[in-house]
Amino acid sequence: MKAFDYARAASLSDAVGAPACLIAGGTNLLDLMKLEVETPSALMDITRIGLNEITAEGDGLRIGALVTNAACAADPQVRQGWPLLSRAILAGASPQLRNKATTAGNLCQRTRCSYFMDNRSACNKRRPGSGCAALGGINRNHAILGTSDACIATYPGDMAVALAALDAQVKIEGPGGSRRIPLREFHRLPGDDPSRDNVLQPGEVITSVLLPAPVEGRQIYRKVRDRASYAFALVSVAAVLRIEDGTIVQAQLAFGSIAHKPWTDPRVDTLLVGERPSKALFDKAADLLLEGAQGQGGNDFKIPLARRTLAAVLAEATAE
Amino acid sequence: MKDSYDNPDERNLLDHTRQGVIGQPLDRPDGPLKVSGQAPYAAEYDRPDCAEGVLVGATISKGRVRAINRDAVLGMPGVLAVFSAPEMLRRAAQGGAGEAPMQDVRQVEFPLQPVALVVAETFEQATHAAKALKIDYDDQTGKAVLMPSPDKAEPAKDPVESGDLDAALKDAAHVVDVTYTTPGHASAAMEPHAAIAEWDGDRLTLHGSLQMVKYNVKELADSVDIPPENVRIVSAYVGGGFGSKLGISHEAVAAAVASRQLGRPVRVVMTRQQVFQAVMRRSETVQHIRLGADADGRLSALGHEAFVSNLPEESFSEPVLQATEFLYGGENRRLALNISRINRLTAGSVRAPGEAVGMPALEAAMDELAVALHLDPVELRKRNVPDEVPGQGKPYSSRKLVEALDAGARAFGWDRRMPLPCQRREGEWWIGMGMASAARVNILAKAEARVTLRADGTVLVETDQTDIGTGSYAILGQIAAEMLGQPIDRTTVHLGDSLFPQGAGSGGSWAASSTGSAVFRACEEIRAELARGLNCAPDDLQLRDGMVWVEGGEPRPVTDLMDGDIARVGRIEPGELMEKVKQATYGAFFCEVAVNAFTGETRVRRMTGAFGFGRVLNAKTARSQCLGGMVWGIGMALTEELQFDDRDGHLTNHDLAEYHVPVHRDIPEMEVLLIEERDAAASPLQAKGVGELGICGAAGAVANAIYNACGVRLRDFPMTPDKLLAELPDPFAGPT
Ligand SMILES: Cc1cc2nc3c(=O)[nH]c(=O)nc-3n(C[C@H](O)[C@H](O)[C@H](O)COP(=O)(O)OP(=O)(O)OC[C@H]3O[C@@H](n4cnc5c(N)ncnc54)[C@H](O)[C@@H]3O)c2cc1C
Ligand code: SF4
Repeated sequence: MKAFDYARAASLSDAVGAPACLIAGGTNLLDLMKLEVETPSALMDITRIGLNEITAEGDGLRIGALVTNAACAADPQVRQGWPLLSRAILAGASPQLRNKATTAGNLCQRTRCSYFMDNRSACNKRRPGSGCAALGGINRNHAILGTSDACIATYPGDMAVALAALDAQVKIEGPGGSRRIPLREFHRLPGDDPSRDNVLQPGEVITSVLLPAPVEGRQIYRKVRDRASYAFALVSVAAVLRIEDGTIVQAQLAFGSIAHKPWTDPRVDTLLVGERPSKALFDKAADLLLEGAQGQGGNDFKIPLARRTLAAVLAEATAE
Repeated sequence: MKDSYDNPDERNLLDHTRQGVIGQPLDRPDGPLKVSGQAPYAAEYDRPDCAEGVLVGATISKGRVRAINRDAVLGMPGVLAVFSAPEMLRRAAQGGAGEAPMQDVRQVEFPLQPVALVVAETFEQATHAAKALKIDYDDQTGKAVLMPSPDKAEPAKDPVESGDLDAALKDAAHVVDVTYTTPGHASAAMEPHAAIAEWDGDRLTLHGSLQMVKYNVKELADSVDIPPENVRIVSAYVGGGFGSKLGISHEAVAAAVASRQLGRPVRVVMTRQQVFQAVMRRSETVQHIRLGADADGRLSALGHEAFVSNLPEESFSEPVLQATEFLYGGENRRLALNISRINRLTAGSVRAPGEAVGMPALEAAMDELAVALHLDPVELRKRNVPDEVPGQGKPYSSRKLVEALDAGARAFGWDRRMPLPCQRREGEWWIGMGMASAARVNILAKAEARVTLRADGTVLVETDQTDIGTGSYAILGQIAAEMLGQPIDRTTVHLGDSLFPQGAGSGGSWAASSTGSAVFRACEEIRAELARGLNCAPDDLQLRDGMVWVEGGEPRPVTDLMDGDIARVGRIEPGELMEKVKQATYGAFFCEVAVNAFTGETRVRRMTGAFGFGRVLNAKTARSQCLGGMVWGIGMALTEELQFDDRDGHLTNHDLAEYHVPVHRDIPEMEVLLIEERDAAASPLQAKGVGELGICGAAGAVANAIYNACGVRLRDFPMTPDKLLAELPDPFAGPT
């Protein structure tokens, strides 16, 4: 680990614009620092600046950036109105990690691509211009949608997939003021600059995540993984679906671990609405979703897996 | 008494002693110390002025270190020295090697092989400098063999051949001809490899995390070129070994070399990643299995040919066929083990070398035969239990295979199994049951232990035997307490210090029965001494709670017969019985799985294991060992796999986040049945080894249950969703 300066922010204003790398729970950042994948020369600890409450805002909910994953998942309001979020968080990591991990840190967690975490390998995300060792390498956990020649990594997290399905917003405070963006636009596709995972600008701090009013209907988070717990998703599906008189009247779907961001495709949601559930419909939805999907060898299976997981979730959500 | 164990001890003395602690499910005395942080592990000894060393791995896959740019890092804060001494190890020693000759660490044979050690005042400084160290290589990666190449394999030993396999297969009513593959495995012990070395003149003391101290002393002495008498090793608590700590490895020798040079203690702790990359792997295997049976399912033909790999010249080859040699009949047979050479880290002993991977493949092939025959898989096994070891004419010692099959089947409810696949569906899940036999060779190893009955009646046991989390502290104390008639809380056990008599070490499941036998024999000598005082035969002595008497006589304090401590060293060595009879442990696994019809995820719903391994010395630690083995078996079946990048041969999943061993949620209801058994041919305790038995076949039961659930027969472990997915039936179709 490279030596670094450490300071603790007393308030949000200390953190905004600080020429330092923010550290919250540290569960991702410290691992990467030990590997010297990340080598910040200064750390700003933001765990004592508040922003650790969950409060009602209109019909929706404001989740402070520093609310721990454990606290968020256990919160009665969250479990009541947005159980999808609670389920997605609980499907991730381990209790120990969730006790430390924070809402904002979770959104900003980096990819689990093994070449990204190994300084010897070529990696455009870690060292722009060096190449992408995952192409032609071990890429079982890599993306099938929205990839580029520069990078095929996934965003590996669970919580953000639920937030994408719920159409949450991210509130950001920067040196030039605050802004609010849809979560669906927070993470980027790699394009020709995979070094940037998301749209945060230097000096910006996430302050909260805003949930819109609860949606009635079924909320399902389905995470497919190699072992029953403590494993990243191979594919995950977050679904909010409302059925009336046997017809789907609302559908909000998001997919995890298949792209560089929680993947949403409004065309799929639109396709489902107004239809009666059937195997044929699920197939059509999967066809649309996976239209441009491309495997890289080791992850080819994610294409049929995404199809089948989508079918399982839709079948469950629309079952009598 | 001769040291070697040549004649079965059928007195079953431990059935007649009076204390009543043998076999009891007593807690491990080290347990509370461990969970409260009071049991020091190798790296945790507080040594004043201790410097910290961090190993540096090669960034090439093959070649030679040309130059190391020491100067650049010597100027970094806290950095004391950079070593790349010829004594340092590039390969860890194999279990029982007893030597670790000069290897020239600058010759690179596999990616991330340790080539240097950076020592600094603090761990962080050393880590950072180790990352910054620039090394110039003569890079011959282009000449490295990066993928296993079975086509270039050579026999690892002479094949076992009898009869005419091909002809028998041609004549057989039913034939199974299949190839199973298993990937490389990591030992994945919780405690990483760690050592603190310090010198006093020409004497070296090493606190290490090691399984077999008496060999490790010789290996360490050899590597730093001093007489073994000048080496002391302390390995009192070990956070798991699973084979990876059998031989001395990189951290210990590097610490010793650096400490000698710097004149102060040096600690070297390998990172989790380094342990995965550099120490020891289990070889991947390709196993071609051919079974031929008559219409009743009696085997006439048995072929098992395996391909494994290792570094050039390495003597170890995963003994895949070890149990195939004796488990089932089939007079026409060919068993062949072949090895090819590769530039990957050393392949060596990992959790039940041989049977751990050979048995699941054999047992899955047997399941395929049962399907072909429309015969119950349990019945198929029972029909093939041979009278004597095929081709050797050798008798078996006590063998509880059939009893375990029956008891396990009964406890599990095997009769509720659907004979055909795709019959049971619960929601999204296909439910199925599978079984497999368990078998593991039994070994009695040379061992010594000192037992002292002290003047105050308390008992002390001392041996360099280690306890790697398995229960040696508990069991050795129980044997002594039982034999000398003292309550267990008046018995103390000191282990893992080379100053003590040489135990068997922890490996090959032999610790409890071998070192236990040495303790037993030491106690026998003490009993003989006491018997002289009472003028009776030693076996007539009655001892309990510190009192001694002969049948019908008046109990009196045993201390009345003593004037001072009585200390004896007990010794045992393998003798003729190891050769004359086939000794092994046996059992059976039964497992119920659920396979998700949509996603191909497999979850084990319950598992039962029934095991016979001679006398149970401690029912709790024995059960824990069996449980642990079954847990590893589930991991082997479903998740565990070393993933190497074939382009440069480096290991890509080198930590516990990505190398998936089972977590709590993967482990359901587990039931362990211990079958009552005495095996007098195995040891004077009538006990055999138990540590590894629980894994030997377990993954086969899971694989067979997957087939029974959903009709997919995978032959490539681990059985991850991606592999199952391709063959699963339409999820919307119900049971057939
Ligand atoms: C073994 C393991 C298994 C895991 N499994 C899963 C899993 O299955 N599913 C899953 O979803 N996750 C998983 N995780 C990831 C875990 O969820 C993240 O590590 C965690 O959420 C990160 O939160 P943190 O507060 O610790 O972030 P930190 O490590 O403190 O920070 C992470 C990043 O976020 C930035 N950051 C933090 N707060 C802010 C802020 N307010 N504004 C702007 N930037 C900020 C930091 O600068 C840093 O770059 C796993 C992690 C580990 C180690
Ligand atoms: S996939 Fe992305 S993160 Fe992985 S090696 Fe390629 S560029 Fe780096």
